[in-house]
Amino acid sequence: MSNSGWETVIGLEVHVQLATKTKIFSGASTTYGAEPNTQACAIDLAMPGTLPVLNKQAVHYAVMFGLAIDAEIGKESAFERKNYFYPDLPKGYQTTQLEKPIVGRGNVEIQMADGRTKNVRIHHAHLEEDAGKSLHEGDFRHGVSGIDLNRAGTPLIEIVSEPDMSNAEEAIAFAKKLHSIVTSIGICDGEMSQGSMRFDVNVSVRRTGTTELGTRTETKNLNSYKFMEEAIAKEVERQIDLIEDGGTVLQETRLYNGDTKVARSMRSKEEANDYRYFPCPDLLPVIVSDETIEELRRNLPELPDARQARFIEQYGLSAYDAAMIGSDAAMAAYFETATKESGNAKLAANWTMGELAARLNSEDLSINKSPVNAEQLGGLVARIADNSISGKMAKEVFEGMWAGEGSADEIIEARGLKQVSDSGALEQMVADVLAANQAMVDDYINTDEAKRKKKLGGFMGKIMQASKGQANPQQVNQILVQKLNELV
Amino acid sequence: MHNLTIAELIKGLQSKEFTSVELTQHFLARIAALNSGYNAVITITADQALKAAAAADQRLAAGNAPALCGVPMLHKDIFCTNGVRTSCGSKMLDNFIPPYNATVVDNFEQAGAVVLGKTNMDEFAMGSSNETSFYGPVKNPWATDCVPGGSSGGSAAAVAARLAPGATATDTGGSIRQPAALCGITGLKPTYGRVSRWGMIAFASSLDQGGPMARTAEDCAIMLSCMASYDDKDSTCVDREVPDYSATLGKPIKGLRIGVPTEYFSEGLNPGTEQAVRAALAEFEAQGAELVEISLPNTGLSVPAYYVIAPAEASANLSRFDGVRYGYRCEDPKDLTDLYSRTRAEGFGEEVQRRILIGTYCLSAGYYDAYYGKAQQVRELIKQDFVTAFEKVDVIMGPTCPSPAFKFGSKGDDPVAMYLEDIYTIATNLAGLPGMSVPCGMVDDKPVGLQIIGNYFDEARMLNVAHQYQQATEWHSLAPEGITAPDGITATERAS
Repeated sequence: MSNSGWETVIGLEVHVQLATKTKIFSGASTTYGAEPNTQACAIDLAMPGTLPVLNKQAVHYAVMFGLAIDAEIGKESAFERKNYFYPDLPKGYQTTQLEKPIVGRGNVEIQMADGRTKNVRIHHAHLEEDAGKSLHEGDFRHGVSGIDLNRAGTPLIEIVSEPDMSNAEEAIAFAKKLHSIVTSIGICDGEMSQGSMRFDVNVSVRRTGTTELGTRTETKNLNSYKFMEEAIAKEVERQIDLIEDGGTVLQETRLYNGDTKVARSMRSKEEANDYRYFPCPDLLPVIVSDETIEELRRNLPELPDARQARFIEQYGLSAYDAAMIGSDAAMAAYFETATKESGNAKLAANWTMGELAARLNSEDLSINKSPVNAEQLGGLVARIADNSISGKMAKEVFEGMWAGEGSADEIIEARGLKQVSDSGALEQMVADVLAANQAMVDDYINTDEAKRKKKLGGFMGKIMQASKGQANPQQVNQILVQKLNELV
Repeated sequence: MHNLTIAELIKGLQSKEFTSVELTQHFLARIAALNSGYNAVITITADQALKAAAAADQRLAAGNAPALCGVPMLHKDIFCTNGVRTSCGSKMLDNFIPPYNATVVDNFEQAGAVVLGKTNMDEFAMGSSNETSFYGPVKNPWATDCVPGGSSGGSAAAVAARLAPGATATDTGGSIRQPAALCGITGLKPTYGRVSRWGMIAFASSLDQGGPMARTAEDCAIMLSCMASYDDKDSTCVDREVPDYSATLGKPIKGLRIGVPTEYFSEGLNPGTEQAVRAALAEFEAQGAELVEISLPNTGLSVPAYYVIAPAEASANLSRFDGVRYGYRCEDPKDLTDLYSRTRAEGFGEEVQRRILIGTYCLSAGYYDAYYGKAQQVRELIKQDFVTAFEKVDVIMGPTCPSPAFKFGSKGDDPVAMYLEDIYTIATNLAGLPGMSVPCGMVDDKPVGLQIIGNYFDEARMLNVAHQYQQATEWHSLAPEGITAPDGITATERAS
């Protein structure tokens, strides 16, 4: 099958859990990973007579997001009840916003791997409460389902994009950009594996050159970029196959299981709930004053685009490096600390993006959980920068730090890894090797001047061996050439 | 002792004429002896009451007693009481014991009141006759073949029968004022936002408001001073100082402008009721008040608007009763849908189910604008009627309900006839205004209520006006016959 002749149209709905200490309508903690139902109070359980009180911090976080994407801020937004029955929805309705969301139209610029940029329009973003979790067979006891209401009432903003993306790459670039923004302004911890960001992907296809939108499907609750990519690819292929085989795409909600790679229909449009939205009478309209908006704007942390520009300007990073490091708030902070500690931005950037990122990736760790902290890496970079150790030694030191053996200096000391840069000692070492290998020296002298450079490797090997790898290679090279040339 | 008002009981307790334990035993004995005849009280908390009374006596002895220290009272079973079953008159919550108090319950506890128990009510406060209670109907102490009104019929009957000197109640469309009128007592629905709704089981959140029921306006003033408070647990509660409602009761009402809405004296009003209300108005005139004829042109729309808005909110408010976390659950559900549908079909009574269905229908896609949207517009118009009226008058008066207490079953088959029972009271809920009912006469040996509607947060004036009326009249002092124990032993004798 080929996608030629077809265009894909993608829009995203992104649920972002806000990093408030307490829930959106109750004082219960939002900490992830507690024993089931230990973080659900009477309000979260929807006990009779309980009432919601809006968490002001959640409102401020939503406004901050609006400011970050240059959106209209709803100075008077309102909550509505979205009615449906499900065991993990204790009140039998979700308190959310429909008619008057807190964040109006905005824009997010995305950048693709080839450097191309594109604007994705944001339709709106609204505040709402998360539901609890249902634990079914496999996750819970045999034959029964369990309900964990710890997550119930966790504040969310749902960000709704216009259908402005035309392939998975753009959709993922958009998702990553949102991740970058919400973590940079500190309103979300960005832990996707814990469900802190979840993506609903709306996909439709149409013949190239046509402008009318095709019927879309919505694949819900994807929590990794990889799953998003797979789900989009599968859905695009399914829709094209369906139409080419003379069928029609039905408007439906779909699920994609990233582990089994199976996509399936969850419910059709006909089976969709009538949510019977109406204004929530327990909550007053949310008024955000101009003063509050201005204060939040003044204190808005640096946005990823500004940070990337600053990294190029301040640290002389390449655009690529600045984008790699600057888009991730945690990595950016890590890099800046390591740079401050080492005084060498370029090396700090290389090590942050290279050895560290690779190692974190292979062990599936976030940078915040790195066994080697930014100060430690900075210490290592400093020793590379001042030639105390070679790049090869540095890798050994990094392994030691990863294993918790201490700072770079401690490991260098303990393992005797210090590079020999004492020119007197090095000259003696070179002289000894030349004296012990007269045949090689003669060969060098008898070789054409243009080809002599190739012969240096042999000497270098023997000298490094003699120094047990601790000789500073640049210095050795310099002394060697000088001494050999004296003999010619 | 049971014929004393709260004001008199407070004096008696403070001057050590009797102790709170004696008083509590007296009322507990009356409940034990008489309640079976009225079914007004559905949970009796005798042990807790006696403990609280003993504690109150200590505080009284120490001389640092708060306002209501040692005064026995009852809570409507819609207010959550920590550790005590709170059923809301429903099978759904027959087994529900809240682990928290309603703010109103806390307020009375802090004021030192002694809670004797919980009163019967229409299921989830949906009803005007108390016939929808899972625990059976409450009987009107004035005529036990008649309804006490609803939904706070248990509180009203208990106060009328002198089972307690005062009781809490709630009013969504008339549920304090109508039973107060039918039982010949005084009841006040405050301005929306005056009394916290935390822990008060929701029927229609934008209309529900708790308030006091007692025999006199003076007692309602004492109770409201304690009941009203700003509560940050209820976002719709208004942060506004609570006046001492007792302090202004004695003000003369000369010059008071009383609005008399034409629409409240039209067809459907019982002639005897009209006569009693007109006589009350004449009494106010005699005290120097001025009667001003006014119009509330959208009155006729209030019942239809109410029966869209209230059921719509209720349909969502009652979704939480799903058999999953607490309350009634059907036997052996075979799947989730079965759990939901049987739990709710078996746990809710007919009227509650009717209103959930009405509300669900009104909010459905394609019907929302025609019903809920339109009802909200009507609500604005009704509110505007009052705003306009209050530019010319200080209070509005009329009948509380169209006729005195009716017989059991007489309106049971006709929901609309039952809904019209609240025709004079519903508009104030839609507007969020305070309203009260004061006994003003007797028709066919059954009490008639005068309704006083005030401007926003003008409860002090309403109580003052009602108190001045009660200083000059005796209607509030009348007691139904048969409220002494049927076996002839007086409650005092039983208690000792």
